[in-house]
Amino acid sequence: MADTSDIKKGFKMLLDGVPFAVVDHQFVKPGKGQAFIRTRLKNMMTGAVIDRTFKSGEKLDKADTEERTMQYLYPEGDARVFMDTRSYEQLSLTNEQLGENVHYLLDGTEVDVMLFEGRPIGVTPPTFVELLVTETEPGFKGDTSSNTTKPATLETGLQVNVPLFVNTGDRLKVDTRTASYVERVKG
Amino acid sequence: MPEPADVAVVQVLELRAAMLAAIRRFFAERDFIEVETPAIVPSPGLDVHLSAFEVRSSTGERVGWLATSPEYQMKRLLSAGAKRIFQLCRSYRSDEHGSHHEREFTMLEWYRADATSDDLIRDTEELVAFVANSLDQPAPEVQPPWQRMTVDEALQFHANLTLDSLNGDEQRFFRVWAEQVQPRLGNERPIVVTDWPASMASLAQLKPNGMADRFEAFFIGVELCNGFGELTDAEEQRRRFERDQVERRAAGLPVYPIDECFLADLERGMPQSGGNALGVDRLLMLLLRATSIQAVMPFPAERL
Repeated sequence: MADTSDIKKGFKMLLDGVPFAVVDHQFVKPGKGQAFIRTRLKNMMTGAVIDRTFKSGEKLDKADTEERTMQYLYPEGDARVFMDTRSYEQLSLTNEQLGENVHYLLDGTEVDVMLFEGRPIGVTPPTFVELLVTETEPGFKGDTSSNTTKPATLETGLQVNVPLFVNTGDRLKVDTRTASYVERVKG
Repeated sequence: MPEPADVAVVQVLELRAAMLAAIRRFFAERDFIEVETPAIVPSPGLDVHLSAFEVRSSTGERVGWLATSPEYQMKRLLSAGAKRIFQLCRSYRSDEHGSHHEREFTMLEWYRADATSDDLIRDTEELVAFVANSLDQPAPEVQPPWQRMTVDEALQFHANLTLDSLNGDEQRFFRVWAEQVQPRLGNERPIVVTDWPASMASLAQLKPNGMADRFEAFFIGVELCNGFGELTDAEEQRRRFERDQVERRAAGLPVYPIDECFLADLERGMPQSGGNALGVDRLLMLLLRATSIQAVMPFPAERL
């Protein structure tokens, strides 16, 4: 059994059967009063963030979670199939479970799959991925400085705002944390 | 969870030295004398929510505890005839650690004989403004007078609750205070919160309205100090200590002894007094808008 002294960033606990990860935490204690740990928790199933305050010393249920590096293989109906590169074990996550992250999956992409009580609940894609532009308005040559942007659709269906000089067929580096354009990749 | 040092060490040393010098100058100009009291004491304070470090000799014999605040001994100096005293010292609380807490921290305590809590609130406002000016931290928002609010008003304003509706449920009070009230106190300018429930009076006298003659100042959601119109009634003080001991025993906490020398000196006579305890590390953190007290200490526990 864990207690509030185990709380740190990334600590995973069970609340009403749902796994939550600590995003932020603060020890609060009036000089003459009860001590609490104020936390911000991320629901690992839905991604929703909640605030929760625990009494200092309160017992906590540690969530049984495990992260494994896996390779994306292919889509299968409403789901995506991944393979453990060491054990060759395969498992699948639904597009709903993957949420926005479906946009970062290309054949062979390595992701961290989060397992809760042995079942997959979500993935963390690489921080940066390279994706091809499949559709955007024709670019303006020479305009590499202005802050004006235009929408572009990438090969996975992801839409990002890009500088005007970007063309269909260009390869872009995308930051998966913010779903945003970083730079055009040469070649 | 080591915080990145957002103020470099040498700069921290210079700022701390300037702050301590300013505090000493402030009190010297007001005819206070600086005093020293022991760090190892026979009773570390009976407050149910404070835990102390026990001190043992090399033979395993208990010598005492590290003081959680120098309060008892400073009040004994008032009984002995001192009129205006202040102290800058380390205080020790064994179970407190977070971005606003260190187990070992610097406390400023001062007492005025023949004074009220109002006088102490004024001291506090002037002191903080004086320190800010001395540090060259232009801080118009800390200039006196500060806003004042009662505990009941703060509860109503920030949590839409009254003290009456909490019906003496201290657990609930502290939770609501921690979650909804304190984070919003003093966000623009420091605020003084007065009229605490009598059960949270600790060493404060009671006001004619039945509330504790206790005040706390908050700035940017951080508790900066706790002051009292001091209780001078030895019998009432003993009753409160005994009640604290019962509560500690019931909660399975170590039951610290009652400081009989302190009670004897109260009995002998302590003048009507006001006192205040202020967290010096927090003051510097707030004036510099640092994110933690660790950022303004050369050796927080995690860098030792």
